[in-house]
Parts: sequence; C-alpha cells; structure tokens
Amino acid sequence: MNAATQPRHSPRESRDEAYNFAYLDEQTKRMIRRGLLKAVAIPGYQVPFGGREMPLPYGWGTGGMQLTAAILGAEDVLKVIDQGADDTTNAVSIRRFFARTAGVATTERTPEATIIQTRHRIPETPLHSDQIMVYQVPIPEPLRFIEPSETETRTMHALNDYGVMHVKLYEDIATFGHIATAYAYPVTVDERYVMDPSPIPKFDNPKLDMSPALMLFGAGREKRLYAVPPFTRVTSLDFEDHPFEVQKWAHNCAICGSHDSFLDELILDDQGTQSFVCSDTDYCAQRVNEGRTGQ
Amino acid sequence: MNAAQKVHQAVAADSALPLLKVNGLSKLYGPEKGCQDVSFELYPGEVLGIVGESGSGKSTLLSLLSGRCPPDSGVIDYRTTQGTWLDLYSASEAERRTLLRTEWGFVEQNPRDGLRMAVSAGANIGERLMAQGIRHYQQLRAAGLDWLDQVEIDPARIDDLPRTFSGGMQQRLQIARNLVSGPRLVFMDEPTGGLDVSVQARLLDLMRGLVRELDLAVVIVTHDLAVARLLADRLMVMRRSRVVETGLTDQILDDPQHPYSQLLVSSVLQP
Repeated sequence: MNAATQPRHSPRESRDEAYNFAYLDEQTKRMIRRGLLKAVAIPGYQVPFGGREMPLPYGWGTGGMQLTAAILGAEDVLKVIDQGADDTTNAVSIRRFFARTAGVATTERTPEATIIQTRHRIPETPLHSDQIMVYQVPIPEPLRFIEPSETETRTMHALNDYGVMHVKLYEDIATFGHIATAYAYPVTVDERYVMDPSPIPKFDNPKLDMSPALMLFGAGREKRLYAVPPFTRVTSLDFEDHPFEVQKWAHNCAICGSHDSFLDELILDDQGTQSFVCSDTDYCAQRVNEGRTGQ
Repeated sequence: MNAAQKVHQAVAADSALPLLKVNGLSKLYGPEKGCQDVSFELYPGEVLGIVGESGSGKSTLLSLLSGRCPPDSGVIDYRTTQGTWLDLYSASEAERRTLLRTEWGFVEQNPRDGLRMAVSAGANIGERLMAQGIRHYQQLRAAGLDWLDQVEIDPARIDDLPRTFSGGMQQRLQIARNLVSGPRLVFMDEPTGGLDVSVQARLLDLMRGLVRELDLAVVIVTHDLAVARLLADRLMVMRRSRVVETGLTDQILDDPQHPYSQLLVSSVLQP
C-alpha cells in the first residue's frame, strides 16, 4: 500500500527549544490575533497586519503560516494540505516546521485535525465546529484585476460599489459562452463584502457557505488577513441567466470510485491515456479503507 | 384633463426648473490660476459651452462641477429625479458616486481615460448597468448591441477590445458607455480634441442628434468655437480664472462685447 492509502498520525514530539513556541514571538502572535478578532467581527473585510519574515519564500504560504502560528496551541492537531494532498513538498515541510517549532501533533486525517492549513482545497470530508481552516492567499483583493489602485479598491469596498465584479464574469461569457473562472471565484460574504476565497477551485465555494468551521485567510506578501465566521452566508457571484455552477466530471476516481469529489487528471503514457483520481488524498484513503475500489 | 396633457404639463414643469444651480464657485491654485466666482443655472435639455484659452480654468471648473474636486468656496445644487435638491459637496461620497454613474455622465478628452481598455466594448457599455444591479446577461448584451448601433459602431464588434478601435470609434464608445444609464446631465471635456476634422464632424453630428433626442443637459468644455457653435445653446467665456462674458451662443459669436471675446472670435482661422 502506498502513502495515499495509509494516512499517518504523528504524536507530539519534543519541540526545538531554540525557537519560541510556533516560531513567532509572543507580541507578533498577539498582534495577529487582534487582527483576526477584527476580521471575524467584520466577515470578509481585509484587515492589514504587520507581516513578518518567515523562513520560506513569499508565495509558499507565509500568510497562512503566520495565522497558524498565532492560533496554534500545544494541544492542537495540525493538518496541512497542498493541492488536496498531504504528501507534497509544501505540505510536508510546513507540517514538519510546526512539529519542530511548536511540538504539536500532526495528522493527515481530516476528522482528527483541529487546525487545517490549506492551499487550493477544502477537504471533501465535512468539517465540524471544533476545526479551524487556515487558507494561504496570494492576492487577497478580488477587485485588483480591474482596479490597480489600492485607495480606490478600499473606497469601493467601503461604499459597497461592486458593479465591476460582474464585468469580469460578463467578459467570460462573451469570450467563452459560460463563466470560465474556475478558481478564486469571487463570493459575497454575509451579503456585504466581496471576497476572494483564495485559489480554491469554484467546486469548493459551496463548502464555504454556512460552514460550522471557522475560516481564516492570510496573505503574507500583501499583509492582509480576513475571515469567514462559522455559519455565515457565502454566495458566489453570478448572472440570473448564467447561474453559478461547479465543475463536473464524466469519470469516477480510479482508486476509490468516488463520483462526487474533485478529480485530478493524470496522463499515464505518451499516447495520452487519462486517469482521474481524487485530489483530496485523505478522503480517497478513507474510502479505500472502507473497502471501496475504482474500476 | 387627459393623461397626455398631464404628462405634457409635468414635462413643462420639469424644464421650467433649473437642473443645476451654481453659486460663487471658486478653486484657486494660485492668483488667477483655477477658477473663481462662477455662478450660473443650467436647465434640463440645455447645452452650456465653456470656451477660453488654455489655462483659463475651464477644466478646473468642469472637475468642480462633476464632483471630482471639492471647491474652496461656493455651492453646487443639483435637482435629483425625485425633485429634491442635493448639495453636491455636502452629500456623502456614496451619494456622489451613485449620481456620477446613474444620472450623470462624463466624457473624457482622451477616451483611454474614460474606457476600460482591458475589457470588451460590450463590457464597457454594460458596466454602469451592472453597477446599478442588472444581473441578466442577455439584457446587458441587448443594451450593448443597441448602443453600439446608436453610436454608429458595427454591433458585430461588441466583443472586440477598445484598443482595436480607431480614435473616433473609441470616443463614440465612451459616449455610449455614459449614455446607457439614461443620464440627465453629461459633462464633456474637449470631446473632439485629437480627432481629425472629418471624424470630428461626424462625431459632432452624432452628439447633436443624441443630445436633442434624449433631452440631455450638457456642460461642454472646448477651445474650438466651431464645436461650440454647433452644439451649445449658451456660452461662457473664461479668461484668467474668471467668466468674462455669458450669453446665447450666436449672440457671443456674432456680437462679442468683452474685448477678450472679440479677440477670441476674431482669431478663428477662416479656410
């Protein structure tokens, strides 16, 4: 059996005493927590924070890591996802980073985790109210593509002036005949702020709506954080005659046979033979352990 | 009294009241730099031309009027569709923005400033409608096609980017983008500047038709007296930040009273 079908749970290790708990110093973590409280109080509003240098480059999840560091407690169980998988470079190194600097237990099993830091995916397994999702966000500003000025976008948010958001969707339909935006699909949070849900596929947008888990978003380079509190309305923007739709596949997962999860396409040989497998490796492994198979 | 007569009376009552009342408007960047002590009233369906040399304060006046830059002193009152008076600079920024994208329009001298160059012509026309909450793609599409036709652009080009359009077409697209929301008042800053004469003539012809057809009130800034004569009902001549003469267009152009107006009229080249 490979790693994908054998999820691991690593118990607490002794932490590296050379670092403060979870790498950041206590005052920085307090500053981020104050920002998070504000973000939770105003769902979808982007709160600036004093971003710190992290020991990895921007774009690799520095924003998410700072948020995780700020909320991490000694008893927490951490799961890190990269492109749905637990065993890719980014996921493995961030998990190992916190195991070393905070000495927390880590897991690949979604139901066991208390904090899930993610890039690109929300787990297929439904979340529960004791869990916190932390998203790594590259560009927090959903209006950026059409309005380069930060002062202007802030005013637009303040005045609820979101007409231009539909210009992008209009362009999609005019060019491709349907809304072709497939990831970072803009949403309205609590009928007020328009928010970029980070580069998750639009397949995951419905999972944000009325989720029992707290959702936190951190952008390291842009130094912004925002949040969706539990049980908050999150609606995806659309047109009346072109309603929001998620991706669908004609195939089932080759490993577990799932027909309703997000599938990755694999090319197996030079003849272009395709195979589709679940992007969420933990979900796939859970199903295999329940005795389900593909093909 | 029948319904038609009532409507007629309402229209008559509407056009009897000014749309915009400007009193003692001043904004100075230095002595005689900017504009000072400007007062006038603009009625529905009226076209007011502001003429004068470069640096006389025409564009400053236009940005004050259109809510883009607060004045040092003076008041601008606008009569909304509900019939209430709105003091432009005491109103909240949200109210001012709503006004600017619904009841008002602004045609920039350079169409690149007034258009979104990265999105198609159809999206440019539809933007105001989307901002007003229209969420029906087919309606937006229909409005786009209709307006391209009205400004004499081939509707087949609805999905083309504005940068593939000629200068004259871009300017016409900018006008369509502003008029789609059915504004009552449009500001124009040298709309024919930078276009060659034959394109200018065609654009002027189009604008004159639209202004009359839609009963628009227009404030147009220009240094070109020919443009003023074609479009404007009334003229204001500015010089060194002050209005030196106002009156009906024909009156000012045929019988200028102020020495500067006389100079301006006599310096037009006769081909």
